[in-house]
Amino acid sequence: MKIAVVLRQVPDPIEPLELMPDEKALDYGEAGFLVNESDEHALEQALLLAEDGTAEVTVLAFDFGDVETTLFSAAAKGVDRILTIPWEEPFPPGTDVATALFADAIRSVRPDCILIGCQAHDELEGAFGPRLAVELELPYLGVVRGVRQTAKEMVLEAHKEYPGAAKARMSVQLPAVLGILAADQPPRYVPVSRIREAMKSAEFEELELESVPPSVAVSVARLSFPLRGDGARMLEGNEREVAEQIAEILVEKGVLT
Amino acid sequence: MIHQAVRSDEGIGEGFLEELLSHPEGHDILACMQCGTCSGSCPLGLAMEYPPRRMILQARRRDMAPVLSSPSVWMCVGCYTCTLRCPREIDLTDTLWPAVRDRALQEGLQPPAELQTALQNLYMYGNVLGKSPRKRLEWARGLDVPLTDLSKERAAVEVLWLVGCYPSYYPRNQVVSREFARMMTCLGISWGVLGVKEKSLGDCDRLFGEEGLFETLVETNKELFERQKFKTIVLLDPHSYRALEVFYPRYDAGFPAQHYTMFLADRLEQLRPLLTRPVPCRVTYHDNCCVGRRCGSYEPPRALLEAIPGVEVVEMERNRENALCCGGGGGGMWLDGHITEHGGKRLSDERIREAAATGADVLAVSCPYELSRFEDSAKVAGLEDRIVVRDIIELLAESMGLGERR
Repeated sequence: MKIAVVLRQVPDPIEPLELMPDEKALDYGEAGFLVNESDEHALEQALLLAEDGTAEVTVLAFDFGDVETTLFSAAAKGVDRILTIPWEEPFPPGTDVATALFADAIRSVRPDCILIGCQAHDELEGAFGPRLAVELELPYLGVVRGVRQTAKEMVLEAHKEYPGAAKARMSVQLPAVLGILAADQPPRYVPVSRIREAMKSAEFEELELESVPPSVAVSVARLSFPLRGDGARMLEGNEREVAEQIAEILVEKGVLT
Repeated sequence: MIHQAVRSDEGIGEGFLEELLSHPEGHDILACMQCGTCSGSCPLGLAMEYPPRRMILQARRRDMAPVLSSPSVWMCVGCYTCTLRCPREIDLTDTLWPAVRDRALQEGLQPPAELQTALQNLYMYGNVLGKSPRKRLEWARGLDVPLTDLSKERAAVEVLWLVGCYPSYYPRNQVVSREFARMMTCLGISWGVLGVKEKSLGDCDRLFGEEGLFETLVETNKELFERQKFKTIVLLDPHSYRALEVFYPRYDAGFPAQHYTMFLADRLEQLRPLLTRPVPCRVTYHDNCCVGRRCGSYEPPRALLEAIPGVEVVEMERNRENALCCGGGGGGMWLDGHITEHGGKRLSDERIREAAATGADVLAVSCPYELSRFEDSAKVAGLEDRIVVRDIIELLAESMGLGERR
């Protein structure tokens, strides 16, 4: 089985985030980047599937910023192939462009299964996973917490969680795109000595994509930091009294008339 | 059983003994006579399924798989008691433990999650706290003496002060950093800091077994230090001092260095007339393991405390080379959950009770980890109204009229 894993670089929140003067984008001038957390889980899940069977794991990433750090770490963890997509800007593309370019790249790999993180904190133009699946004309199953190989090579068992401690096991006929929330185990720690070895031996293949990125379909009107209020107001009284107070507040705020 | 990223025990630990013997002091392991002094004197020995003696036995039996996958691997807090007590003078803390941990990591055996976070922070940001490198000088906000930022200007200084991770970022320690800055200025010492370029010296990650991370930091720091003009490096963190004194020279990166207690004690005659304000209190001093047991420096901190008017120094039952470790070294600072789970106690909780038993109202420390560890423990032990934890710098600064806390 061939598994493709998408690794996205997202702004690192340890640095204070700033907006551009037009408030439509982040100011990436001082931003650092790190690998998207749920993409790391997607990679871990792929590695676990590979260890269970004979899967080959290919990682894809945009080549900008400090992506090499992420990719050397992936190499040290044991992925089979690393593909980079040329990207001239010092910041990642939006979801529209990323979807088109990753889809093109994935088509060239012809994987049986595509694992991606089910969310990223910079998805301003909508969720990447379902859109990638649409672009590839494949089924999508999101918010997956763990994937197992079944006796049939082209069928995986995906686990999902639901409120009330309910869980579901779903058979997934491949090929498909799976949006991973959490792998069967936390992303593994790889010692730096292994990463240093990978720096000497790992090879990245740069993809040459023919397609031109599409025009952006979704535009950002304005970004805003969360507004700070004066703090919470605790409502006192019995259920009826609290309900009445809530209704009053909603009227006061113009939500109810 | 420690969580494994690899699925089978087959081949785990193979060739460990040969690997250990190839270390500079690794051959000493063969001198072990299995007397058990190491395990018997280890403050967490009872909680270990494989204390040092059994580890050596297993290595010799070429049966390291059960050792590597046991919680014992992550129980050592680098206190050097086993090393000091060993009748065959085997350097267990700096040789055996890092080798065992390194092998566990190489086998894909996962360290406790809390430690993984610290290691990843070190690799990504150069500090264990996961803070922005750009905020390295946050401690100096509001500092009322001139600061030479060597990341911005080239200057020759007498002291290259490596502030350290906790003193740079942790609010409780930032107070101590500012007071030390004032103190050096008051002593007429020209000093500079590396600002945004400063990174951890990698002291503890070597003991974590993260040799690759340590080497990466040594390479970066060596290049950085070689570009500076200074007479000596001064450090607040004893672990970093130990790293610079003991491990860096092995990588052809030797630099003159002093822990601040040694540096100030060398200038005691200059310091003494400046200690004008009495600080009336009964103080007991906790010997940190790196400056104490590892480097044998016990008197400088006591000389500094005794020079402060009003201070009465009393000793804990276990002091100097017999001092009980605070449990924060060797990665212990990031293993409290693991050690408490498997050991049932935190050493700092026991030590604060020992300090309070002396009748002292101040527990003096000289390690950045210890302020937060012991302040935590004072709360846990219900002793926060009876004893306060203060760095020696704070007591000196108060006597010099340079302090921020009373």
